[in-house]
Amino acid sequence: MRYAMAIDTKKCVGCSDCVVACQTENNVPIGFCRDWVTETVDGTYPNVSIELRSERCNHCDNSPCVRCCPTGASHFEDGGIVLVTHNKCIGCGACIESCPYEARYSHPDGYVDKCTFCIHRVRKGENPACVSVCPTSCMYFGDLDDPNSEIVNVLKNRKFKALAPEAGTKPNIFYLT
Amino acid sequence: MKEELFVSGRNIPNIDPYLHIWHWQIPIYLFLGGLAAGILFLAAVYTILGKDKEMQATVKWAPFIVPFALIIGLFMLFLDLKHKLFFWQLYTTIRLESPMGWGAWVLMIMTPISIIWSASYIREVFPNWDWKFKFLYTFEAWVIKNRWYIAWPMAIYAVILGIYTGILLSAFNARPLWNTTILGPLFLVSGMSTGAASIILMSKNHEERRLIGRLDLLFIAVELFFIVHMIMGFLAGSQVQIDAANLFLGGEFTVPFFVFVILLGLLLPAVLEVLELIGFKVPIVIPAILVLLGGLIFRFIMVEAGQITRYLY
Repeated sequence: MRYAMAIDTKKCVGCSDCVVACQTENNVPIGFCRDWVTETVDGTYPNVSIELRSERCNHCDNSPCVRCCPTGASHFEDGGIVLVTHNKCIGCGACIESCPYEARYSHPDGYVDKCTFCIHRVRKGENPACVSVCPTSCMYFGDLDDPNSEIVNVLKNRKFKALAPEAGTKPNIFYLT
Repeated sequence: MKEELFVSGRNIPNIDPYLHIWHWQIPIYLFLGGLAAGILFLAAVYTILGKDKEMQATVKWAPFIVPFALIIGLFMLFLDLKHKLFFWQLYTTIRLESPMGWGAWVLMIMTPISIIWSASYIREVFPNWDWKFKFLYTFEAWVIKNRWYIAWPMAIYAVILGIYTGILLSAFNARPLWNTTILGPLFLVSGMSTGAASIILMSKNHEERRLIGRLDLLFIAVELFFIVHMIMGFLAGSQVQIDAANLFLGGEFTVPFFVFVILLGLLLPAVLEVLELIGFKVPIVIPAILVLLGGLIFRFIMVEAGQITRYLY
């Protein structure tokens, strides 16, 4: 099992519903977020292109955050989901420094927090909150090892990219372009 | 032209434009760790060479700073933690993949060794010192008898500690300025150099100061060589590494780096030490203090600058 997410940049309208859904579902403290939306404008007028991306932890296969954690608080769960065990985390900040996506933040309670792929929902067979709430259905969540899953299908038929592949972390969030 | 902006709730001063999680505590921790490694290494080497009579400050006096440096350093690390009450978890896990993990263990071994080392000399400083318990006298006698054997692991652990202060940063491939293996040796020599400088400050013996001064000159030369190497390596690397090097070559850290680290922290003390060697009267305190300040500022600059280098996508 290898969980991954594909996000259609052509369908995303940047409404930030995913951000709010995540904050509500996971009780993210005010002023912080586990996912966020960026707008990248490339080129100069009149040759301009725009790309909207909903970004979050990439649950990398080669996770520098898991490797550098001195206590093993950052670890892999089934399906390659990277989690932080809150009462094992000492808040040293090493994982925050190690993440090329800056997907982690220091929770006001002291521990480090980040996207969990809504593992509590996924274990019940539901989609993560951000995916289930997306009004344009631009996000696909699923198992890359299941050849019949929607995400495998969409990655087969569309062009996609990952963010900062040169960082070598083997990210599992793909952006359909 | 490429412009990126956050359209969601991510435009938070605490998080963006970049995550800046390590503050003043970490450079002080790295500086004290390097200093301690330098002193202990030199103390161990001169004990192994059997020169503890000639090199009083190196072997006896300077190591007295080390337990304090290490404890303050560990306290700095503790201050840096955000989940402080859980700090003990560092010592319930052994994770060799994590530099911070094995570094904490190295410090756990190094601090007691340095305390024992200094304690075995304490009655030479305070002749009236009373250990109160008989077994402490027995232990002291045992340590004094076996100093030569203790010096070996101490020298090895001192090198590991010195390298660790660099590896702690270089293990993060997300921060291109840190992600170079030369940082380990570079921080090690820099630590040796600051260690030598503090020995010079504490020594009253002219011959000893001369010898350690010469060693310091060697450390400075190697350090300069490593810095040039590091920048050359960056310039031959990928775009993010070139951007990292450019922070020092025209970017925002150019002036502090070249003025405080290269000029005042390395070149000027080197020149002063050479002048002293060829017979001019230079108060040896000046190059020693410059080296110490240069080493401290170097770590501040590396920690600060490293955190603003990142992958852009």
